[in-house]
Amino acid sequence: MARKLPRKDVVIIGLGWTGSIMAYELADAGLDVIAIERGPWRNTATDYPPGYAADELRYRIRHELFLSPSQTTFTFRNKMSEAALPIRSWGAFMPPNGVGGGGVHWNAETWRFLPSDFMLKTHLTERYGASFLPEDMTIQDWGVTYDELEPHYDRFEYLCGTSGQAGNIKGTIMDGGNPFEGPRSRAYPNPPQDQPFGHTLFGKAARDLGYKPFPQPSGNMSRPYQNPLGVRLGPCTYCGFCEWFGCGNYSKASPQTTILPALVRKPNFTARDNSEVTRINVDGSGKRTTGVTFVDASGDEWEQPADLVVLSAYTIFNVQLLLLSGIGKAYDPAANTGVIGRNFTHQTISDVVSFFDPAKFVFNPFIASGAIGMCIDEFNGDNFDHGPHGFVGGGYMGHVQTNGRPIETTPVPPGTPLWGAAWKKAVKENYQSAIKPGTGVHGSMYSYRDVYVDLDPTYKDRFNRPLARITMDFHDNEIKQNKFLTDKFAEIFQAMGAKQVHKEYRKGPYDITKYQTTHLCGGAIMGTDPNTSALNRYLQSWDVPNLFVMGASAFPQNAGYNPTGTVAALAYWAADAILSKYLKNPGQLINA
Amino acid sequence: MQRRTFLTVAAWFVGTTSLTRASAIHNHIPWAPHPNSPPEVVRPGPWQFFALDEARAMEAIVDRIIPPDPDTPGGKIAGCAVFIDRQLKGPYGSNQGLYTLEPHTKGTKEQGPQSVLTPAELYRKSLAALDKHCKSTQGGKSFAELDAAAQDDLLRKIESGEVKFDGVDAQGFFSALLKDVPEGFFADPIHGGNIDMVGWKMIGFPGIRYDYRDWVNRHNERYPHPPVSIAGRAEWTPAKS
Repeated sequence: MARKLPRKDVVIIGLGWTGSIMAYELADAGLDVIAIERGPWRNTATDYPPGYAADELRYRIRHELFLSPSQTTFTFRNKMSEAALPIRSWGAFMPPNGVGGGGVHWNAETWRFLPSDFMLKTHLTERYGASFLPEDMTIQDWGVTYDELEPHYDRFEYLCGTSGQAGNIKGTIMDGGNPFEGPRSRAYPNPPQDQPFGHTLFGKAARDLGYKPFPQPSGNMSRPYQNPLGVRLGPCTYCGFCEWFGCGNYSKASPQTTILPALVRKPNFTARDNSEVTRINVDGSGKRTTGVTFVDASGDEWEQPADLVVLSAYTIFNVQLLLLSGIGKAYDPAANTGVIGRNFTHQTISDVVSFFDPAKFVFNPFIASGAIGMCIDEFNGDNFDHGPHGFVGGGYMGHVQTNGRPIETTPVPPGTPLWGAAWKKAVKENYQSAIKPGTGVHGSMYSYRDVYVDLDPTYKDRFNRPLARITMDFHDNEIKQNKFLTDKFAEIFQAMGAKQVHKEYRKGPYDITKYQTTHLCGGAIMGTDPNTSALNRYLQSWDVPNLFVMGASAFPQNAGYNPTGTVAALAYWAADAILSKYLKNPGQLINA
Repeated sequence: MQRRTFLTVAAWFVGTTSLTRASAIHNHIPWAPHPNSPPEVVRPGPWQFFALDEARAMEAIVDRIIPPDPDTPGGKIAGCAVFIDRQLKGPYGSNQGLYTLEPHTKGTKEQGPQSVLTPAELYRKSLAALDKHCKSTQGGKSFAELDAAAQDDLLRKIESGEVKFDGVDAQGFFSALLKDVPEGFFADPIHGGNIDMVGWKMIGFPGIRYDYRDWVNRHNERYPHPPVSIAGRAEWTPAKS
């Protein structure tokens, strides 16, 4: 029997980026807030100090900062006709764990989505006609516009100290920035990071080909920075141990380096770590949550009553918890009914590995940051005419190589033996003169009727709850998109003078063992119609109005960018709606 | 929640570190004077996982996967077998942290490995099978007793699937070697391999220097400083008298 704790105004499930933002905003407004986090409290000085943070085996290969699959995992299948099997060790994406969430070990690539991304269905239908879209594609408009989100993007960038070059300030196109971005109200808080040799060469070659390259917007500091909450970050040292690792330098924007020091001092905020929420409780009417039930590290069960619940776990855990709590109607792809689990997406990533003359090129690949790099945006979203190409969507592409960590980044030309003297020689010869951008082509993945999340009928977690089941495959639209983008990307490396360029197209079937990004999206999407979305435009549940659901699970489809900037902007947007609208009159904010 | 589930959950946490004790954080950032999770440093000494004959085979194998050359030692001198020995004895060897619940069903390649076999079991069984194979086909010689050309030939046949083992997937074993041996060659020396940072010196990786602000704008100039490990460099530690 769960022991009941004293009631709080707000309970927050998961203390990552969005949990921290919501906790700060709501506690700052005077509400009594508790955040419940499955993993441990994490701190720079005690958990990833520079003395041992740069351990490739421990953190990159053995995944020490991540959730371990023994805690919980998912099952996966490509097609609805197959039996799903558990993901026993992580591959295609890396679920976070602990305070700070993915913000601890992200790259800090801090993008905004395009204005057209938020009205995707309307925009594409108007430009190309409805018949241009594949029949089973289920893309939707978001119900919120870029202009509405702009102030919230701005808040996040100034919280983080994002380093970048504006491309569009209030409609004026700025030299050296991304000319395709939506208008921003002001410049980035910090100038772009310095770019190493290879990244600079890429920028030059792209410019020579007629593109408009720009430095990737980065949450790695280009100089010391104090944010509006009074929290200070130090300059990035280009150590090359950023993503997959915690930053020992206080140089990467994370909840730890931007919010938590200010949040924890608020007397009306409490965090509970190593405690996993197992259920969102709903009263007899089914229309109101009464709080959550959680289990702490001793196995003791607690009930935390609250007036308002903010669900801010990782994408697929949000979806799973809604399904396990019976909130909202589960999606049924056969009948095409229900909303929880629908429009689930990931990303369409590919890479081009190129080899240069070792006598002429020394790239020092280990000098890098998580969000370093020069990018172009000509082939993202609807920045180009898709008419002749027969697909929709796109992505930014760039030389964004983040490291020369030698277990991960010792590329050898195709055809080299996998071991022995020839392999060893090729590793030695090419280490300093090869470029392996990583997520070089960062393509969108749009939503489809047969790509979704539900509960697995067979496999259980350690609490004996059903695992979430992923049904996902690449569709022709994304395969075509990737072919087109990867070919364009490779041309730039040719122009840089590479002697050999190797294209690694993304092809189907979707493979759960191949890392792409951790950008799982959808499953509890926002929208304008309760029949096709779980949340309204303020991220409020249509079914349970005192529940707000944060995160990329709200994306109706994934754009060709990293999601964190948009995830955080949506959190600020939702917090603003709660403070300015919901608290004055608690109830459903939109009459659908 | 049923009592049985409780016991399972409680058991899951037993033996884990203080990082998994639940706490309420209020009014202050939790702080302790020492790191929460300092690294475990591999010490030289006897084999911890491999039996002597297994270790001899492993040292021969790692020296063919990464053979010595005039500039850089091979896998044996670099400590790759020691690295794998310590890894197999540790959490990696027993699939600790991975999802191991039943049922175990073979699926598609895209669904990822589903085997019940742990890396420790894979190595134990494969090394026994390799020994049996060698002794029956190579006139009673063990793998370590073959010359380099014969060793390479046999490894190539295992890689291609031409040579199979009884009761264990020989190609699966070879795949594990292709992952684990280079890890031993390139991981920080605190893990037992990459002795004297030979793997890093070979390619010019400076290790964990952690600050390249003085070099980020020096384009196309080779970084001049020698590598540093988590444990520093041998030169920093005076030899014991």
